[in-house]
Amino acid sequence: MEIWISQLFNGLSVSSILLLIALGLAVTFGLMRVINMAHGEFIMIGAYGAYMTQQIFKSALPKSLFDAYFPVALLASFVLAFAIGYLLEVTLIRFLYGRPLDSLLATWGVGLMLQQLARTIFGAPNVAVSSPTWLDGGWALMPGVVLPYKRLFIIALVAFCLFAMYLYIYRSNAGRRMRAVMQNRDMAACLGISTRRVDAFTFAIGSGIAGIAGCALTLIGPIGPSIGTYYIVDAFMVVVLGGVGKLVGTVAGALGIGVFNTLFEWWTDASLGKVLVFLCIVAFLQWKPMGMFAVRSRSLDG
Amino acid sequence: MRKVGWLKGFAMVLAASLVLAGCGGDKNNEAGGASATGSPSASASGAAASGDKIKVGILHSLSGTMSISEVTVKNSELMAIKEINAKGGVLGKQIEAVVEDGASDWPTFAEKARKLLSEDKVATVFGGWTSASRKAMLPVFEELNGLLWYPVQYEGMESSPNIFYTGATTNQQIVPSIDFLLEQGKKKVFLLGSDYVFPRTANKIIKAQLAANGGETVAEEYTPLGHTDYTTIIAKIKEANPDVVYNTLNGDSNVAFFKQLKDAGITSADLMTVSVSIAEEEVKGIGAEYLTGHLVAWDYFQTTDTPENKVFVESFKKEYGEDSVTSDPMEAGYVAVYLWAAAVEKAGSFEVDKVKEAAKGIEFNAPEGKVTIDGDNQHIYKTVRIGEIKEDGQIVELWNSGGPVKPDPYLTTYEWAKGLSE
Repeated sequence: MEIWISQLFNGLSVSSILLLIALGLAVTFGLMRVINMAHGEFIMIGAYGAYMTQQIFKSALPKSLFDAYFPVALLASFVLAFAIGYLLEVTLIRFLYGRPLDSLLATWGVGLMLQQLARTIFGAPNVAVSSPTWLDGGWALMPGVVLPYKRLFIIALVAFCLFAMYLYIYRSNAGRRMRAVMQNRDMAACLGISTRRVDAFTFAIGSGIAGIAGCALTLIGPIGPSIGTYYIVDAFMVVVLGGVGKLVGTVAGALGIGVFNTLFEWWTDASLGKVLVFLCIVAFLQWKPMGMFAVRSRSLDG
Repeated sequence: MRKVGWLKGFAMVLAASLVLAGCGGDKNNEAGGASATGSPSASASGAAASGDKIKVGILHSLSGTMSISEVTVKNSELMAIKEINAKGGVLGKQIEAVVEDGASDWPTFAEKARKLLSEDKVATVFGGWTSASRKAMLPVFEELNGLLWYPVQYEGMESSPNIFYTGATTNQQIVPSIDFLLEQGKKKVFLLGSDYVFPRTANKIIKAQLAANGGETVAEEYTPLGHTDYTTIIAKIKEANPDVVYNTLNGDSNVAFFKQLKDAGITSADLMTVSVSIAEEEVKGIGAEYLTGHLVAWDYFQTTDTPENKVFVESFKKEYGEDSVTSDPMEAGYVAVYLWAAAVEKAGSFEVDKVKEAAKGIEFNAPEGKVTIDGDNQHIYKTVRIGEIKEDGQIVELWNSGGPVKPDPYLTTYEWAKGLSE
């Protein structure tokens, strides 16, 4: 019984992490159709953002304030990734709309450059980020079942990001303009929307969310120049399985992959579990090539 | 058309900056070595061993996932070269390092090894980390009769006539550490490793050893390289309730595993773990707070108490900064350069066959204590150590083998290991 509850929680926790790393991609790939191979590197930028914030707090501020670094780091990571994403869109991505293969190659190259840049600035070895003490330990639900605060925090963070994105995309004027541009660029332009500004801003938001993911992942994983490569495949899987262009699809995709991955891993082992999950995804996409939630569109390119 | 031109231009800028980024990284890392060895990148195009210089190759991953570990080994090798040059070089010639990047990609290792041997005509190569990279380079060195010094602990079951192994083989790290655990009464062992050749071979050996000596393998789990979620594995560990977890995870997975282990409320007091791929450098990257009290098995620690080590640690810190640490593979790389130089001096020649012949039985007072090259299998005698990780990130020795252990890559002296090498 305890095992089932803790595995269920683990599944949920894995799902929340998958969702966090995929949310940014759901914007840049899902909405904007840029096959953004540099997404993982924006996660890496967020992680290093957290590291830099920590170093500043360690050296410049009194020790008693150290625990406050994490909320600041979340914000700093978002801003940093947002700024770099904006820069990337303005200098490169805007020439690549509607050319998926070119965008794939170019963003992959950008990813490699960012990795090497991180290696040059911070050195090749991993860096350590100490998590704030208020996230140490866990909530003992019952004997044998401890829910770590860090995991609970990540779940809450994902819920918050999701809610904020929902408000932005579906309830704000800026979000309405964004959806208009993504659905029919020419028509939106005719109606006086600056599609350029919307594009740049959208891409930057997707990148910024990846930055938040990177910051949160420092709580549970490594921080090094190539960590982006560990998450990029999972992120694409979630978005593709959920259905490109639908936020709710991304949520469902993350939940599905997270829970099944945990169960399969429990029944078999980590390598085989992953294989089984991928098999299921392939089979599912054979049956429903558009993913769980397909966008209905009148345009011919889907 | 205008758009296409734009893109072409950008592609060129992109390519150029990629190259620049690569060079920048190298320069940064080589800050110490470059001053002593001339400019390594420029030397690649120069003539082979001419006049008062002799070229050697250094081939490690300076980019990609493995650069985390390999860059530091490259640094210690360059430091050894610098020291030898300061003392007058070998056979009166200054050593010039040709540094190549294996890029964490095994075919690249083979290709660069071929380049070093046939184009640069280097006298020897120091390089490699993963077994996969060594296995990729091995045929090149055997075909061109080159000489490779491989500085990392590995799974054994190999002894190429063209490779010297200065890291530990299994009977100098894993086998004694299992004996140590059994002596401590830790009989139920949970095997956890990354899914590739080293952990799988190591665990095959451990299982045979446990079965023969009254231990028990309660479970054996592998995770893909770069795996970052260990909650399920930790649940399995809790379920199996072992005395000790024997950890052969490699690279970044260790960070995730130990962070999540602590989150699950399991400390080293609740569950003993022994790791064979976590040295001082990795401790720095994981964070000592997550590792305090856990055990590691190696042949060298930064705290190892020998006069040679004091000098080694001091010069390394002087060369690469006060914050830098030294670790087992770095020490093995450093020792390799000295052993090669000693063999060359003894042979009176840079020729591979003569150096190999002269290398037999060469002794060197290394930072880890005295090491000797075993003439039969080209491994070296090393002292085995088990240590505990402390809060400051240093490792304190708990046990050692009392003296250098003869290398036995095929485990021929162990009754229980019969049939493992097939």
